[in-house]
Amino acid sequence: MGDVIRLDQVRKQYGSFVAVDNADFCIGRGEFFAMLGPSGCGKTTTLKMIAGFEQPSSGRVLLEGVDVSTVPPYKRNVNTVFQQYALFPHMTVADNIAFGPRSKKLDEGEVKKRVGDMLDVVRLSEFANRRPAQLSGGQQQRVALARALVNYPSALLLDEPLAALDLKLREAMQIELKRIQREVEITFVFVTHDQGEALTMSDRIAVMSQGVVEQIGTATDIYKRPQSLFVAGFIGSANLLPAVVAQGDSAGASLDFWGGGRITVKSNHVNADVALTPGEQVTVMLRPEHLHVSATQPAGESLAATVTDIVFQGASVRVVARLANDTEVTVLVSGEADLPFLRPDSTLWLSWNADAPFVLDGWPSVAGATTTNVDSIEALL
Amino acid sequence: MNASARVATVASRPERVGLGVMFALSFGAIALGAGWVTGPSAAVVAAAMLASVIGLVLVAFVGGLETRRALAPYGLLKPGILWLSLFFLAPLWSMVVMSLSSKESRFDFFPSFTWEWDNYRVALTDFRPQFLRSFGYAAIATLLTILIGFPLAYVIAFRGGKYRNILLGLVVIPFFTSYLIRTLAWGNILADEGPVVSIIDNLGLTGAFESLSVMDNGKLLNTPAAVIGGLTYNFLPFMVLPIYVSLEKIDPRLVDAAMDLYSSASAAFRKIVVPLALPGIFAGSLLVFIPAAGDFVNAQFLGNPQTTMVGNSIQDQFLRQLNYPVASAMSFVLMFIITIAVLVYTKFMGTEDLA
Repeated sequence: MGDVIRLDQVRKQYGSFVAVDNADFCIGRGEFFAMLGPSGCGKTTTLKMIAGFEQPSSGRVLLEGVDVSTVPPYKRNVNTVFQQYALFPHMTVADNIAFGPRSKKLDEGEVKKRVGDMLDVVRLSEFANRRPAQLSGGQQQRVALARALVNYPSALLLDEPLAALDLKLREAMQIELKRIQREVEITFVFVTHDQGEALTMSDRIAVMSQGVVEQIGTATDIYKRPQSLFVAGFIGSANLLPAVVAQGDSAGASLDFWGGGRITVKSNHVNADVALTPGEQVTVMLRPEHLHVSATQPAGESLAATVTDIVFQGASVRVVARLANDTEVTVLVSGEADLPFLRPDSTLWLSWNADAPFVLDGWPSVAGATTTNVDSIEALL
Repeated sequence: MNASARVATVASRPERVGLGVMFALSFGAIALGAGWVTGPSAAVVAAAMLASVIGLVLVAFVGGLETRRALAPYGLLKPGILWLSLFFLAPLWSMVVMSLSSKESRFDFFPSFTWEWDNYRVALTDFRPQFLRSFGYAAIATLLTILIGFPLAYVIAFRGGKYRNILLGLVVIPFFTSYLIRTLAWGNILADEGPVVSIIDNLGLTGAFESLSVMDNGKLLNTPAAVIGGLTYNFLPFMVLPIYVSLEKIDPRLVDAAMDLYSSASAAFRKIVVPLALPGIFAGSLLVFIPAAGDFVNAQFLGNPQTTMVGNSIQDQFLRQLNYPVASAMSFVLMFIITIAVLVYTKFMGTEDLA
C-alpha cells in the first residue's frame, strides 16, 4: 500500500466547537501534500493530530498502516517543522540537528555522519558550530528542516514554515523546499494559508474551510474545476456570476445570467452536483484571465460593462468593470496589449472561449469578482 | 606649545579629558572620605574637584556636538563614581588600614597603623569554625532554595496563566515586612510551644527528626536546622525571581519540538528546560549565597552559641569587643573568600548570557 498517512473519519472537538469534521483522506509516499485554508479552518489541528500533539475525538490516524491515534509524539516516526522553527537556542546548529538521532540513542559515529550529510543537503556545512541566534531567518528555516529530516521520518510535517520570511526569501525557499523534497524523497505535509505557496509546490492540495475538507486534488484540478463556491473563491481570483438554467441536456446547457445575458456551457464544464433542469440556480465561474475585452460587441456571446478602474501590474493590466446589474467583474489583460478604449467610464464588451466557464451549484453570497470585495476577503482570512 | 594649541589638543581628545576628570573626582572623593586630607587642605581638594567638573562642562560647551557626544558617558557616570568612591572605596580603604592596625598601648582609644598581620592570623584561626559554618549554612540554604524555588518558578511560569502576576506578587509579599520581624516570627513558629514542634510531636516524628539531626532534644528552635531554615525562607524570593525570569523566556514550543524529536517529557525537561534555566539558577545562587554567607540575623534569633556565623562574630568584635582591627580583618577574609568562590563558580557554571 502506497499510503503513508491515512485519516479515517477523524473528528476533533473542543467543547462544542468542532475544529475538524470527518477528515477522511490518504497521503501517498513521497507526495508533497498541502493543506490550505483560511486561519481557523482546522488545517493546523489536523497536522497536530498527525504529529501527535492532539488526539482525535473520534476516528483514527494511521501511519504506515498502523493506528497511532493515541501514540505520543515522541513515539511516532513523523517530524515537524514548527512555524517559528523552535530551534534550541542553547545548542549549536549541529547539536540541534543531532538532537533527534541522539534521543533515539543512535551510535555517535552514525549521528555525526547523518548530521554532516544533512548539513550538506541544506547547504549549511560552514555554519555547523553557530548558534541559531547567529543565523538569518532563511538559514534558521533550513536548520529546522534538517533537524526534522535527519531522522528519516515517514512524513515531514510543516506548519506554515515560510510565514515568517519576507517575500523574496519565501519564493526562494519554495524552490529550495521542492529541491530538498525531491532529494530526500520523503512525504511532505505542508500547512499554509497562502494559496500561491500551495499551488506552486504541491502535488495535491486539500482545501479546508471551517473544519471541513472541501476538495482534494492537484493544483490544476482545484483551480480549473473547483467543487464548491468556497474553493472557487478562495483559490486565485474568480468572477462568480449568478445565473439560472434556461435549458440543458447531456451535451451542455444554456444559462441566463442574473441581470441579463446568456451563456452556453459544455456539460464537462459543469460540476457533478449541478442539476441542469430549467429554473435551477447556478453560478458561472469565469477567471479574470479567461475574459477578453473589445470596444465593440463581438460576434458570439458577450456581456456589456463599464470600466471603473484600471490597475497596471507590470506583466498584466487588471481591469475592474461593472455589468449592467452593478455586479463588479475583473479582467486580466496583457500589459503589452494596446487597448486605447480602456478608460474609466468607457463601455467595453466581455467575451470568452467555450472552454472558459465552469458551472457550480447555487448562488454565491457575493456576486462578481472575489478579489475586489475587501470585506469578503477579510471574512475568509 | 602655547596655550591655545594646548586647548586645541585637549579638545581633540575629549574622551581623555572625560576619563581624567573621572579619575580625579574618584581620587579626590576617596582622599576626602578616607581622611587623607583634613581641614583647610580638604577644602582645597573639594574646590579642585569642583573646578575639574566646571572645566569639563566648559570643554563640552566650547567643543562641538562630537565633543559633547564623546563626553556624555563620562558625565553620566559621575554621580555613580562619586557615590561609590565616597561611600564604598573610601571606607574600604579605611578598613584595609584598620585591619593592619593595633593599639600600641592598652590605654589608646583608637588603634594606629602598624602592619599588624597578626589580625589576619587571629581571624583565620580563632574564627575558623564560624567561617566554615557560614559557608556550610549558606551552601545548604542555597541548595534548598533551588529545590524549593525551581518548582515554584516553573509552575508560575508555565502553569500560572492569568494568575502569574498575582503568584509572583505573593512570592514578593514577605518583603513588605521587615527582615527582622520575619525572622523573629520564625522564632515563634519554631518555638517549643509553637505549631511546628507540636505537630511533629503529635505525629510522633520527634525521634526521626532527631536522628536526622534536624531536632535536638525535642527542640527545633536554636538548632542549626532552624538557622538554615531561616536563611532559606528569607532568601527564597531571590532564587525564585531570577529562575522565573529565565523560565518565562522559554518558548513552550521548544518542549514540543523536543518531544517531536523522540524525547519523552522528562527527557525534554532535562535537555531543554533545565539548561535554559541555568542562567537563572546561577544568578539566584549568587543572590542567595553571598548575603547568606554574611548573614548574622538568622543565627542570632534562631540559633544558639554553637551556631554563630561569621557575621555574628564580626558584629561582636566591632560593636561589643570594640576590636576594630580583628573585625576588619575578618570582614576582608569574608569578602576575599566570597569573591574567590564566585569566580570559581562563574568559571564552572557561568553562561555567556550572564557575565
